[in-house]
Amino acid sequence: MSQRDGDLFERASEFLAMFRRGAEFTRELVEENARLRRKLLELETRQNDAAQDPKEWDLLREELVTRIQGLESEHQDALDRLRSLEEENRQFAQRYLEIEEENNGLANLYVASYQLHSTLDLPEVLRIVVEIVINLIGAEVLCVYALDERNFMLSPVAAEGRERAKFPNVALGAGLVGVSVARGEIVTRDAFAELGPDEPLVSIPLRVGERSIGAIALFSLLVQKEKFTGLDHELFALLGGHAATAILAAQLHGQSERKLNTMQGLIELLTK
Amino acid sequence: MARHRILIVEDSPTMRQLLVFALKRLQGVEVVEAKDGMDGLRKVTSDHFDLALVDINMPVMDGLKLIHLIRDEESLKAMPIVVITTEGADEDRARALALGADEYLTKPVQANRVLAVVKGLLKLA
Repeated sequence: MSQRDGDLFERASEFLAMFRRGAEFTRELVEENARLRRKLLELETRQNDAAQDPKEWDLLREELVTRIQGLESEHQDALDRLRSLEEENRQFAQRYLEIEEENNGLANLYVASYQLHSTLDLPEVLRIVVEIVINLIGAEVLCVYALDERNFMLSPVAAEGRERAKFPNVALGAGLVGVSVARGEIVTRDAFAELGPDEPLVSIPLRVGERSIGAIALFSLLVQKEKFTGLDHELFALLGGHAATAILAAQLHGQSERKLNTMQGLIELLTK
Repeated sequence: MARHRILIVEDSPTMRQLLVFALKRLQGVEVVEAKDGMDGLRKVTSDHFDLALVDINMPVMDGLKLIHLIRDEESLKAMPIVVITTEGADEDRARALALGADEYLTKPVQANRVLAVVKGLLKLA
């Protein structure tokens, strides 16, 4: 058999297969048509019978009314279900927003805590504290005070927005900062309206356990920051504890390093 | 494999970490950090980035200078730039946008706001 004959044979087979599929489809259509005709005839017969027999008519009408009622009830159920789904959806959307906000808050708290404990170098820790207060809270002018336990005075150790030297020392218990450190509580200016305008907006005492080591005072906020949020208050609490621990750890680390150097120097001197 | 590369130019490690945290929530995004304007310029001119988040107040080279230099570079003219800064005055915003920044966000910034802006500029779903 030549190549040409082979091709022809193949095409003929394809045509036959296509024809068979067409025939099968036509047969199915004819069958469906016959089924529908039978159904129509059945319904027409029933309707005619009902039209002639009032009893049958009532029965048919009753059947239809029951069916309509069933459909109306189904319709109402579907509407109720739709309403409840819409409400559920709204609640999910609301919950999603809340979770998203919580997530953002937790990310801020995690980053702040992570950064505070990332170093034992005191100037670096103080820089991080200032950075957190500016970037995460939105303060424009702030000062970090350290408490000298020998004379109960708070002196500025880091500042932003104003020269550090321009922030005066504060006696423990005096002014908003002194009160907040003495009480070990976060104090806002709103709660101390009688205090002067030079007082900070808020003072966060730095505490390690029951021991106060200083305070962070926020004097003004960035122009775009209108008020403190819930997250800000969580950051105040976090800073009060974690910044205090980080500062104290860095101070102790610095002292121990200095002591170690002195001792090493002494040993070297004695062993020479 | 990353489909979009984002450069964060920010001197504050706290802010950088926070932004990386937020951007990691986007699929197919790779984040590169630069610690000041000069570092940012070096990275943006030696590698491909689809978007840059730029702070304004930075040591060595500030964000406005960086934006100016980026927009001077023919190949970087179309790269979206988002400014994230503490400077909230209208004239600061106008200056940054006039230099070629696409968006201007002020600190303290919410992660979802940054994500919405980035998604919009990168046309992410």
